[in-house]
Amino acid sequence: MNPIVQGILTIAIGVGGCVGYFILSNWLLDNVVYPAKGPNPGRNINRANKIRPWLFLLPAILALGLYLVYPVIGSFWRSLFDRSGNEFVGAGNYIQLAGDPEFRQSVFNNLLWVLVVPAMATFFGLLIAQLTDRLSWGNIAKSLIFMPMAISFVGASLIWKFVYANDADIGLINALRAFVGFENPVDPLQIPFWNNFFLMFILVWIQTGFAMVILSAALRGIPEETIEAAIIDGASPLQVFFQIKVPQIMGTIVVVWTTITILVLKVFDIVYTMTGGNFGTQILPSYMMEYMFRDDGRATAVAFVIMVLVLPVMVWNIVQARKEMA
Amino acid sequence: MDNIAGQKSSLGIATHLTVAILVILWLIPTVGLLVSSFRDRDQISASGWWEAPFPVEQVYRTRADPDLAVQTDDGWVIEGNLFDDEALQEVFTVGGEGRITAFSDSARNPGAFEAGQVAELEDGVTLTVNPDGSYVVTRPDEPGRGERLYFQAEVPPDFTLGNYDTVLRADGMTQAFINTATVTIPATVIPILVAAFAAYALAWMDFRGRGILIAAVVGLLVVPLQLALVPMLKFHNTIGVGQSFIGIWFAHTAFGMPLAVYLLRNYMVGLPRDIIESAKVDGATDFQVFTKIVLPLSFPALAAFAIFQFLWTWNDLLVAKVFLPASDDSQVMTVKIADDLLGSRGGDWGILATAAFVSIAVPILVFFSMQRFLVRGLLAGSVK
Repeated sequence: MNPIVQGILTIAIGVGGCVGYFILSNWLLDNVVYPAKGPNPGRNINRANKIRPWLFLLPAILALGLYLVYPVIGSFWRSLFDRSGNEFVGAGNYIQLAGDPEFRQSVFNNLLWVLVVPAMATFFGLLIAQLTDRLSWGNIAKSLIFMPMAISFVGASLIWKFVYANDADIGLINALRAFVGFENPVDPLQIPFWNNFFLMFILVWIQTGFAMVILSAALRGIPEETIEAAIIDGASPLQVFFQIKVPQIMGTIVVVWTTITILVLKVFDIVYTMTGGNFGTQILPSYMMEYMFRDDGRATAVAFVIMVLVLPVMVWNIVQARKEMA
Repeated sequence: MDNIAGQKSSLGIATHLTVAILVILWLIPTVGLLVSSFRDRDQISASGWWEAPFPVEQVYRTRADPDLAVQTDDGWVIEGNLFDDEALQEVFTVGGEGRITAFSDSARNPGAFEAGQVAELEDGVTLTVNPDGSYVVTRPDEPGRGERLYFQAEVPPDFTLGNYDTVLRADGMTQAFINTATVTIPATVIPILVAAFAAYALAWMDFRGRGILIAAVVGLLVVPLQLALVPMLKFHNTIGVGQSFIGIWFAHTAFGMPLAVYLLRNYMVGLPRDIIESAKVDGATDFQVFTKIVLPLSFPALAAFAIFQFLWTWNDLLVAKVFLPASDDSQVMTVKIADDLLGSRGGDWGILATAAFVSIAVPILVFFSMQRFLVRGLLAGSVK
């Protein structure tokens, strides 16, 4: 079947199925299982209302449970088996990982990414949010800096492949180098250690817009009186920014920071497209893709390592959310 | 704030300038890609995209035609015009006549002599090429295959849709574009309703375990997708879905679910309690409250999620690589670019730029037309 027809059919079946499920299950609950008539209408209504939330939640819980909860256990279990999946090897895959220099390189690089990308994206985001705050054309500026958010990591990588190209007639970096007098073009992606930063900058370029939008809203939410009072007391613009504004939006800064941190631990596209993990730029998500389809035991072990790295942020998020609700 | 003394000072200009520089820095890479996608491939490698509006110096090669050789008292003379070469004519008719700036007989230094100069070469051979393309070769002996001539010519800027033609037709990008759309649209539409019901239950219905469920959704927001790849692919194979569009629709629907539920719940919780309670007092059931009141009022949040999910599925590489077969007729654009074009067309910058631009055009359009909702959504669910 033609995939387009299949797609339209899926939308129809998917949406129709959902609508049908919700209407039908509610109707059954109210009219067949616990009808609001007969000997105990009041009790029946109460019972129906106890069950209804679960009818509303069921499809979502099924999807979440199957695709996100089960895999945590499923992947961990799979990572205890060898490549074929038949032989139990216990921690064997993890021991192999620990002995692989490429894995250690990936962990090191990933730590660099986690340190640098959220810090730079948040910094630029905050800077731009503050600078554009009272600018007449601030919204246009923000909108343009926000734009890379819409671009895929693959697209962004290609865009930056042009910037980094090893040719003064294509790559801006090498053109600038030639302009200041360097003779031979270099390939920025092959400079050991620093190439990691060139890759990170792509993600900073994408994520700065996200940080900016959120921080800009937070800055606008600051009560004016606090700023006016500081200015009347003779605070300089820098003092107002660092001692009045930043402390008041610290909570938002932390949220932005952690959100980008989580993202950094998951993005494999940039390294995959730019260097394929060569030249010492490997990170965990792209390292995992090397083993995907070849050795599922190893791949799941790497995935689980990523999960463990994400865990502290996850716990912190949950604690934060519960605090907000309480 | 503007009424406070000392706020609008010389800092104003510095602010304008800094923001302008940052905006330009942020835009330059994308502009480069866009400009490059419209340039002729020879011009891309001959000059940077920032020089695109100017004539390009390109190097060409041809041979002096030995049939034109005439014997004179001092030896042999060949007089002709470089542009008589048919292969060259093709290049130079694109933007009108070219103008020759320099020439030589060696590939290593094709611009050794200025146009119009008489070049003394080895073995008593002399060579002159004029800016209009006419050339004179004199040599003591009879020419064999004709002198090799290298020359630099200024070619006017050549903007073309040729790259788009190649990418869309020959390189199969059209099919990939259709595949991306096929993956994206159902994967955007289906989760919305499912998530909306769940979000309503979590926002406005009272039941045991609600708090735990909300916490679970917050936790699931950050579970790395990577964990799901191996077990779920195996699951798809077991239930007979395998690597297919159906499978990827399931996967995207589920992977988008935590954000959808979280975003919609956050929004719905903020709806005025009075409306919902008075509706319930008037005898509306939860189902009616949801469909008649909450769902219409939640439109901005629904739109925000739809945009997120659209951008995310359209731009996704990981899920498509794992849950779709690697064949040509089901490759999406990101996979096509990353796995196919970068390998086979690695050096063809025009093709790469065009393919990238084809793949980012739709998201950018959606982004600029619906930015309002996107921003609102980001602010509603800033723990993504």
